[in-house]
Amino acid sequence: MARVVVLGGGVSGHTAATFAAEWLGSAHEVVVVTPNSKWNWIPSNIWVGVGGMSKEDVTFDLAPVYAKAGITYKQAKAVSINPEGSETSDKPFVTISYTLAGREGESENVEYDYLINATGPKLNFGATPGLGDANGLGEFTVSVCTADHAVHANEEFQKCIEKMKKGERQKFLIGTGHGLCTCQGAAFEYIFNIEHELNKAGVRDMADLKWISNESFLGDFGVGGLHMKSMGFAVSSKIFAESLFTERNVDWIIGAHVNKVEKGKVHYELLDGSMGEEEFDFSMLIPPFAGVGLKAYAKDGSDITSTVFAPNGFMKVDANYAAGSYDNWKASDWPKTYQNPTYDNLFACGIAFAPPHPISKPMSSPNGTPIGPTPPRTGMPSGIIGKAVAHSICDRILKGKDAPLHEASMAHMGAACVASAGKGIFDGTAAAMTIYPVVPDFEKYPGTGRDVDYTFGEIGLAGHWIKHILHHLFLWKAKLKPGWTMIPE
Amino acid sequence: MEKKAEHNIKAYGNNFTTMTPGSFAIKLRTCKIWQLIRFIVINIKMLIVVNKSH
Repeated sequence: MARVVVLGGGVSGHTAATFAAEWLGSAHEVVVVTPNSKWNWIPSNIWVGVGGMSKEDVTFDLAPVYAKAGITYKQAKAVSINPEGSETSDKPFVTISYTLAGREGESENVEYDYLINATGPKLNFGATPGLGDANGLGEFTVSVCTADHAVHANEEFQKCIEKMKKGERQKFLIGTGHGLCTCQGAAFEYIFNIEHELNKAGVRDMADLKWISNESFLGDFGVGGLHMKSMGFAVSSKIFAESLFTERNVDWIIGAHVNKVEKGKVHYELLDGSMGEEEFDFSMLIPPFAGVGLKAYAKDGSDITSTVFAPNGFMKVDANYAAGSYDNWKASDWPKTYQNPTYDNLFACGIAFAPPHPISKPMSSPNGTPIGPTPPRTGMPSGIIGKAVAHSICDRILKGKDAPLHEASMAHMGAACVASAGKGIFDGTAAAMTIYPVVPDFEKYPGTGRDVDYTFGEIGLAGHWIKHILHHLFLWKAKLKPGWTMIPE
Repeated sequence: MEKKAEHNIKAYGNNFTTMTPGSFAIKLRTCKIWQLIRFIVINIKMLIVVNKSH
């Protein structure tokens, strides 16, 4: 009997664990270690953050779902990995620390045959002074990264609406809280949902909205932008994004590294090296991501963290980490199997794997400050990678240790993305986009790096309907309700 | 008079060089019949990309 341990119960980890349990059956064991008691459909946190949904609408308890699937569930956080075992045993294990009420801080070693690291990111609020506290619920800025953060964001947002109704003008500053952030799409959704809700509340004319981001151009989204076919042209996402910002009267600051947040004010540095300040009454700034800080130890107890993990804390996989400068980057640098190069029973998926380099061209200010989006590994690619990793491990358990690994390179896969621009069954809008492939391949697709026949985008009510249907569809899938395996990632 | 999108453009400001939709294009975005058609088209396009990615 083999044991597969999955660290993390987010989109990627949950997908990997549930498919592994489905394919392996009761003859083998799947263990999920996650510090959270609830699963969160993160894309809908945007709507929680403006009062369009409640926390209960976007979360559910994991325990009954894992019990139904036959998955052993440990509500705990992973602390370290011993991929060679210990001096007394050759069996590899992971050390966990319980977060379950009544067992807080209790430590346990969980042995494994295969380990999937899907821990997601550490929300690194500490990288920018004043950007929230350790819980993300800071007094200066808000966040929508978790359901609890989004609930808090909405509470602060409603206070602003009340002030505007009393005639007090409010300034909203939304975007990224550091020069190396990812997830610009979430901030993009949030600023337009705020604009939509302000219109509904009849106070739009009392609000000034401004976007601040580390992108070198609007519409970069951490993927170097994209070209979409429209009206016979291959049109850059920059054109579409600038058009939407103008239409909705949202101003922008781009190429910005937010280096300090104070009460009602952010300080930032721009790509041209200049420094600036921007005042606000309400600000939602996405924090940068880092690895969760897992350690790794060899059989003799020596620290091998730098062997297993990249310096940013994400796990090394089969990527080319020696690609060097932007001119040398290739689509083939991106990992295919997500297997750790040192330990073949160790895999990483979702945000937890270390990308070889950004997707957007890296840039720095004349002061040497790097300012540019780090690559997104969320949503559809995250789910597909989780499923591919589970497939590889199940094959090796069921067919033998030499079974070929399944591949899911972001340079060979596309992604469908629906970015909400306002919630409403008849007046909502969303930008529905597909991008193929996620990582541009300039050798295969000279010029744009992508196949413009499969890369498109448009904004409208239809996009909102799709986003709303996907909300229910993915919650259905995550709860393992009938037919869940038929729903694609 | 309803404010037009181009009225938000500021001369030589950030958005001076961008395109803006006219009132017809904006109306189409929430026109239920047109959006029902787009809903079908977008779903087909997305399913093709999803299928290519698995």
